[in-house]
Amino acid sequence: MASYSTNEFKGGLKIILDGDPCSIIENEFVKPGKGQAFNRVKIRNLKTGRVLEKTFKSGESVEAADVHETDMQYLYADGEFWHFMDPDSFEQVSADAAAVGDNAKWLKEQDMCTVTLWNGAPIIVEPPKFVVLSVTDTDPGLKGDTSGSGGKPATLETGAVVRVPLFVQIGEAIKVDTRSAEYVSRAKED
Amino acid sequence: MTEKRDWHPSASLEMIRARAHLLGQIRDYFQQAGVLEVETPVLSRCGTTDPAIESFTTRYMGPAAPRGWDLYLQTSPEFPMKRLLAAGSGPIYQICKVFRQGELGHRHNPEFTLLEWYRPGYDHHTLMDEVASLVNRLVETPMEVEKLSYRAAFQRHLQVDPHLADGEQLRELAIERKIPGAGDLHLDSRDGWLDLLLSHLIEPHLGQSGMTFLYDYPATQAALSIVRRETPQVAERFELYLAGMEIANGFHELLDSDEQRRRFTEDNRLRVERGLPEVDMDEPLLDALAAGMPECAGVALGVDRLLSYLSGCRDLRALLAFDFTRA
Repeated sequence: MASYSTNEFKGGLKIILDGDPCSIIENEFVKPGKGQAFNRVKIRNLKTGRVLEKTFKSGESVEAADVHETDMQYLYADGEFWHFMDPDSFEQVSADAAAVGDNAKWLKEQDMCTVTLWNGAPIIVEPPKFVVLSVTDTDPGLKGDTSGSGGKPATLETGAVVRVPLFVQIGEAIKVDTRSAEYVSRAKED
Repeated sequence: MTEKRDWHPSASLEMIRARAHLLGQIRDYFQQAGVLEVETPVLSRCGTTDPAIESFTTRYMGPAAPRGWDLYLQTSPEFPMKRLLAAGSGPIYQICKVFRQGELGHRHNPEFTLLEWYRPGYDHHTLMDEVASLVNRLVETPMEVEKLSYRAAFQRHLQVDPHLADGEQLRELAIERKIPGAGDLHLDSRDGWLDLLLSHLIEPHLGQSGMTFLYDYPATQAALSIVRRETPQVAERFELYLAGMEIANGFHELLDSDEQRRRFTEDNRLRVERGLPEVDMDEPLLDALAAGMPECAGVALGVDRLLSYLSGCRDLRALLAFDFTRA
């Protein structure tokens, strides 16, 4: 089993902690002049997204996590799993709700997503930074008011709800920033 | 693999000037106080046996050593300075580079600058007073000085007696106080747990409104200080903290050569137990102690950390002309 010594600790290193894959965010070397050395580490649990801290004795070894990110194309959802394909090998993986989480609302078939694999299975699915989605529902009565103040809610084809300017109408495609869930512009559906 | 390295200093010129100014102030202080500046070898044929400190080693080849000599880079100038004291030097100080293997972090660099000085006739309390007056000459507004025994610090912050609690109690306390991962740690001594509690839960509070001296350490952490024969036994050792940072470590110095030899031997026994290399004990130091070193107190003060405190810059790299990655 691969392992890392605390001397290899640095931001981004993937380790196993309490059975879960984790990524090191920050590593601090703590040592009294004449005493025991420790590594105080801030870690993100990649399955839950939670940030935790942990103190190790310097020189200890920790199990390495076989975790890597890869770009994959989103194919479809079957109600239980979301299916993705490696565009080079055509290999497919299926992600469960725990891996997809809230990001399900940004997943559009054919879009390229960043999938984090642990031992080959998806644990995190990240949508593209920008997605183009069509508006399936919004209040049409507000047409003509172009003051731009406030905007209105619009439901998108994937079920996501974002605030859009008043001029946006049902059937139009818009570009959305998935990190902030904010409307960016109108878009041509491609 | 060739790595493109930055030739620029990691410190600003302003910081380099601030360091020069600080060194000048320190030398002025000792000159006025009648303390002699000395230099001792950085390379030595003996090293420190302290199990918590690893030395860099190197090798001399050449005249007088056709088969070579293994040498240690000093981790502090303590041993040769004590030989000077035994030779009748009177009060002495030194500003020098010291080297410690495996120590790199926000507050650690494998080589750093120590100010070390010895005062014949002083004990650890009179030396704490001098450290305080030196530091107060370097700051804009003199600070309040707090002296807190190691025991009082643990009682105040953790409601435990560090001299009486056993390893298991300290371990449970670390878990109860939510030191993350404490339950999974395997520390092989009571002192390891004390170090964990001190560094995680007490240090951050020390020296936050002035300067704090911790003193009278557990006898098991005596290092090279006198152990007072009382119950429980305490070591006449102190540390200075500023803004939660360990700045200096001092001793009412052990004079007994036989006791010193016992401690070196015990250190090496611990080293073997932990799978660390044994270190040749410093026989010339033991001979100097046997010949008679005057009763004295000595202290080592981290100049880089003091500069960090004085300048308000907490990034060690920005305090060094060239940090370790640029060395």
